Amino acid sequence: MSPVGRRLGVSSLNLAIDASLAAIADAGLQVADIDGIATMGEASSSDLKDALGANVSWIGTTGFHGSGGHLRYVIDACMAVATGLCKHVLVFRSVNMLSGEWPGGMTDEWAWYLPYHEYSAASLVARYARRHMHLYGTTREQLGSIAITARNHAMLNDAAVLRTPITMEDYLTARWIAEPLGLLDCDLPVDGAAAFVISTADYAHDCPQPAVRFEAVGCALHGDSSWDYRDSYPAMSSTEAAAQVWSRTDLKPSDVDVAEIYDGFTFLTLTWLEALGFCDVGEGGPFVSDPGRIAIGGPLPLNTYGGQLSAGRLHGYWVLHEAVQQLRGHAHARQVQDAEVAVVTAGGGHRMGCLLLTR
Amino acid sequence: MTHQIPRPEVALTPLSRAFWTGGARGELVIQRCRGCQAWLHLPRGRCPRCGSGHLGFDATSGKGTLFTYTVVHHAYREGLILPFVIGLVELPEQTGLRVTSNVVGCGPGDISVGMPLHVVFERQKDDIYVPLFEPTS
Repeated sequence: MSPVGRRLGVSSLNLAIDASLAAIADAGLQVADIDGIATMGEASSSDLKDALGANVSWIGTTGFHGSGGHLRYVIDACMAVATGLCKHVLVFRSVNMLSGEWPGGMTDEWAWYLPYHEYSAASLVARYARRHMHLYGTTREQLGSIAITARNHAMLNDAAVLRTPITMEDYLTARWIAEPLGLLDCDLPVDGAAAFVISTADYAHDCPQPAVRFEAVGCALHGDSSWDYRDSYPAMSSTEAAAQVWSRTDLKPSDVDVAEIYDGFTFLTLTWLEALGFCDVGEGGPFVSDPGRIAIGGPLPLNTYGGQLSAGRLHGYWVLHEAVQQLRGHAHARQVQDAEVAVVTAGGGHRMGCLLLTR
Repeated sequence: MTHQIPRPEVALTPLSRAFWTGGARGELVIQRCRGCQAWLHLPRGRCPRCGSGHLGFDATSGKGTLFTYTVVHHAYREGLILPFVIGLVELPEQTGLRVTSNVVGCGPGDISVGMPLHVVFERQKDDIYVPLFEPTS
């Protein structure tokens, strides 16, 4: 990872270079070994390739579309090595949201929302949360439990940006963004980058660091490619992605030791927990309302690095980085004992993907 | 919403034109399959239910119920008058047929899931009319 912070004054490309060189060194490789690049952005794969001086067999497509959400580029890289096209694919995500480089990600769907003064995913997710509350009795306090747990975990992570404790009162009295979501339901924009090397399985023995294995991936999408018009609303496409990931493994939800679950908004975490089968549909609220259940030391440690809510928004890539740290046993004060299986997820609406990782 | 800042301009496409211009006749217009009569929103190039490519646009009753909503408080744009409501309105013509819109004509505190609504229109320019919904008493 690169340094992460608020208004670092470093370009997306330089953040990506920092993170990429760290990942390549961590993998025991040289730039010359990298033969593929995949990224969601913001720095372009070509700019990074030319800055590193890499010669590649494959560069994945960019642009925030397709299924799998933010993790699609990781899944693309897995396919590139699985087909034999590449041996070592560099995957990175650089974010410069405070410095204004984010190019958007708006697609045709937004043409139907913008005339209604809809400018953010917050109001889209808020409508899901409201419907979930209406159907299942989910409460603000239950969403607050996710935010407070994230902050507690961020306090154990030197790299997290927000590290002062918050109370339920802080959560409930924070200003509204889009009801029923308040400021502390929303993740923290930061500048930063994370990078990974995804290699063929036979390289695992030669890694200087413990390799983490992909057990299964999930990127299925059924129904409409839209936020507002899915037949199964308020179920998101996490339902399909999660069903797919469990269909490709013998492992079960009860085998998961650590859950690094996307929290661009608290409600997205709740919906992922339901989709992955950690609780029944509609039971996400009661599930997270017991902080002991989702804290480090509990049965399902959640977002052990502090989440995007408190550590900072690396758009689905800090969850992956943290899962790797946990499975390697390198998570220091926040280490989950004997972590062998981790689930990683990212996205909301119809752009959602998940990974099941083992050590 | 009467004094809200101007809305971002509607982009007319062959598939979206009927929806955004139906208000000139006071009609909430939604795409409909001529093969199986299914209503389709968002509009698309082929009916995913029966496979027909024969699609048209029909007026609905203009009625709806509030499926879910959010009250927006954050000033995403300068001058935006807050708070305001973005709702997802279910139309009685077909289960699961929904349109996104603003709920107007009442305070955010008077809004609840399931409340009956009806369409009203706000002219943007030329023949473009933005469908909005207000409570039906």
